[in-house]
Amino acid sequence: MRISLFIPCFVDQLYPNVAWSCVRVLEGLGHEVLFPESQSCCGQPPFNSGYWDESRSAARVTMKAFRDAEVVVGPSGSCVTMIKVFYPDLFKGEPDELEARELAAKTHEFSSFLVNVLGVTDVGAKFDGKVTFHDGCHGLRELGIKNEPRALLANVKGLELIEMCEAETCCGFGGTFAVKYAPISTAMDEVKCASILETGADTVVSNDSSCLMQIRGMLEKEKSNVRSLHLAEILASK
Amino acid sequence: MATQSADFQTLSRRYTADKGFRAFIQKGMSGYYKKRDLNKANFQDWQGARDLAAEIKYEAINHLDKYLLEFEEKITARGAKVFWAQNAEAARDYILKVARENNVQTIIKSKTMTSEEIHLNDALEERGFGVFESDLGEYIVQLRKEAPFHLVFPAMHLTRGQISDLFQKELGSEATDEPEKLTMIARDVMRRKYCEADMGISGTNFAVAETGMISITENEGNARLTTSLPKIHVALLGIEKVLPKLEDLSLFLPMLATAGAGQTMTCYNTMYAGPRQPGEPDGPEQLHIVLLDNRRTELLADAEQRDSLGCIRCGACLNVCPIFKNVGGYSYGTTYGGPIGSVITPHLRGLKDWKHLSAASSLCGACTEACPVKIDLHHHLLQNRRNGAKSSPNPLEKISFGGFSLMMGHPALYRLAVIFGRIFQPLQSVVNGTILDPLRAWTGSRKFPTLAPQSFHQQWKKDRGGKK
Ligand code: SF4
Repeated sequence: MRISLFIPCFVDQLYPNVAWSCVRVLEGLGHEVLFPESQSCCGQPPFNSGYWDESRSAARVTMKAFRDAEVVVGPSGSCVTMIKVFYPDLFKGEPDELEARELAAKTHEFSSFLVNVLGVTDVGAKFDGKVTFHDGCHGLRELGIKNEPRALLANVKGLELIEMCEAETCCGFGGTFAVKYAPISTAMDEVKCASILETGADTVVSNDSSCLMQIRGMLEKEKSNVRSLHLAEILASK
Repeated sequence: MATQSADFQTLSRRYTADKGFRAFIQKGMSGYYKKRDLNKANFQDWQGARDLAAEIKYEAINHLDKYLLEFEEKITARGAKVFWAQNAEAARDYILKVARENNVQTIIKSKTMTSEEIHLNDALEERGFGVFESDLGEYIVQLRKEAPFHLVFPAMHLTRGQISDLFQKELGSEATDEPEKLTMIARDVMRRKYCEADMGISGTNFAVAETGMISITENEGNARLTTSLPKIHVALLGIEKVLPKLEDLSLFLPMLATAGAGQTMTCYNTMYAGPRQPGEPDGPEQLHIVLLDNRRTELLADAEQRDSLGCIRCGACLNVCPIFKNVGGYSYGTTYGGPIGSVITPHLRGLKDWKHLSAASSLCGACTEACPVKIDLHHHLLQNRRNGAKSSPNPLEKISFGGFSLMMGHPALYRLAVIFGRIFQPLQSVVNGTILDPLRAWTGSRKFPTLAPQSFHQQWKKDRGGKK
C-alpha cells in the first residue's frame, strides 16, 4: 500500500524519532511510505480555541497536501481526530466540505491503521521493560481506540504491560488549556503521573505525543527515572 | 476581564493547590465509581438504555409545546395550580404571593437545585419567612451559609469532623463522627420543623405529561414529609423535565439512581398527581407547580445544543470530570457546576461572562461518555468557544491565531518561523521558570520540550531527497 504519513507539526519539530519509527514499522511491513512535504499543521490549536476561520486556513494546507493520497496515517490520536472528526464540522457548508469529508474518511491513527486496516498485531518488535499505557482522550473517546495499542503491545517480545488505574483519565494537556489554566492542567498531570508511578513500570507509552509531552514534562521536572515513549517507538525497536 | 473569569482563575488556583482536599474529593468518588459500575452491569444493556433515554428526551424536548400543555391540563383537572414563570423573578414573586395570601410563616424545603437557580431562599428570608432545608446535605450547607458543592452531593466537601463541629456550634449537640448519630441530630431538628411548617417547597425530578404527575426521588424520606405535612406544597419544575409517558419512568428512575449515586433505585420514589382529593385523609390542601423557563427557551432555540435540555441533573458528568475533581464545586461560581454547568450557564446567564468555563476544559470527553442521556457535552464546550470567539474575541488570541494561520497557511513561512525558534530556544533556558520566562505557565510545573536539532521535514528531505 502507498501510505502518506501525516506528521503533526509539534512531532515534526520535537519528536522526529516518532515519525521515523512510523516509517520503519510501515516499511518493515512492506508498504511504501510517502511524506507530502507541504503539510504543516492540522489547525487544531485555533479550532479548539474557537477561532474556526483561522483554523480553516491551516486545515486547507493539510487538505491540499493529502489531496492525492491513497491513505493517510498519523501517529497522534488528537491530530487525527481533528481531521477525522472535526474537519467535517469545521467545513460544514463551506465549498470544500466534500474534500474535508474525503480526507476524514481516508485518514487513520497509526495503531488503528495497523490493527484495523492492515490486520496486523505483531510487527516483530522487541522491547525489554515494564510498560504502562496511557490512553489519549481523543484517541479513546473520539476514535474509539482502546484495544488496538494493547493488541500490538501484547506481541512485543520482552515487554510486560502493567495497566494503571487512571489509564483513561486525562493527562491534563488539552492544548492551550495547559497554559491558560496551568494550575488545573498541572493538578491533572499530577494525578496521571502518580498513577503511572504506582504501577512500578519503567516506561510510559501512549499513542499520542501531545499527552506524552505533558506527562514527560512533569516526570522530567520531578527527576523521575520513568521514560516515556510513543507506541511507534516501541514497535520500531528490535 | 470579566470578574467571573478572574474569580474562576483565583478559586481554581486555590483549590488545586490544596492536595489534601483534592485527595478527599477523589476518595469520595471512588466509592461511587464502584457502586455505579455494579449497577450499570445490572442493566441488560446500559448503552442501549442510554440510546433510548436520549430518544425519549429528544421527543420530549422537541415537543415541549405539546407535552407541557398536556401535563398542565391533566394535573389542573385534579386541582393543582400551574404557574408559568418566565424568569426567576416571576417564580419568586409567585411563591411569595402564595405564602403571603396563606399567612405562611415557616417553610420547609426538600432538595431542589432549581430553587438555588432562582435564589429563592434569600428572597424568602429577606421577607421574614423562616426557611429550613430538610435534606441532610442541604441542611448542612445551609447552616454553613454555603451553596451546594455538588448537584447531588451538596456537602461532599465536608468531613464528618467538620459536620460535627458545625452541629456543636449551631445546634449545641455532642461531638461525634458517626454518620448515624449526625443524621439523628439533624433529624431531631427536622421533625419539629415538619410539624411547624405551613408550606413545603420541593423540586421535581420528572413530570409526566400522559398522567399529569410529578415524580420526586430521594433517599431520606424528607421530601415525602416536606410535600405532605404542610398544608401547601409548592413544586419547582424546569420546563425541560417533562416526559411523555408514565412508562418512561421505568427507564429514567433506575437510570438516575445508577448514574447519580450508584444505586439500583433511589430509596423513595413518589408520584404526586394533585393536592388532597375529596375524601382523602391527608396530603396538602394546595399544590402549586411553578413551571420555570428562565432562559431555557434560549437553549431550546439553539439547535446545536438543544440536547442539553435533556439533562436529568444526575451529576454523573461532574463525578467523572477531572476538572471538577480538581477544582471542586465552588470554583465555578454557578448554580450548576461541572461539565453541564459549563455548557448551559453561558446560555442561561450570558456567554460573555461565562464562556471562560467552556475554555477551562481539556475536552477529554469523559463527561459525554458518562452522561446517561447522551448529551454531547464536550463538543458543546467547543461550540461555546466558537460562539464566544465570534461574539467577543479576545484581542490577543485573535492576533496570535491570525499569525498562526498565516504561518501554517504558508509552509515556507512556517519553516522560517521554526528556524527562528531554534535560534531563540537557548535563550529561553536562561530565563527558564523565572518571571521573564514567556513560557512560565508551562515551565512552572513541567519541563519544556527541546526542539530537535533537525525537524523530521529536514531529515526526510536529506535522507529521501525529493521523493514525495
Ligand atoms: S449532563 Fe448528563 S451526566 Fe451531567 S448531570 Fe445532566 S444528565 Fe447527568
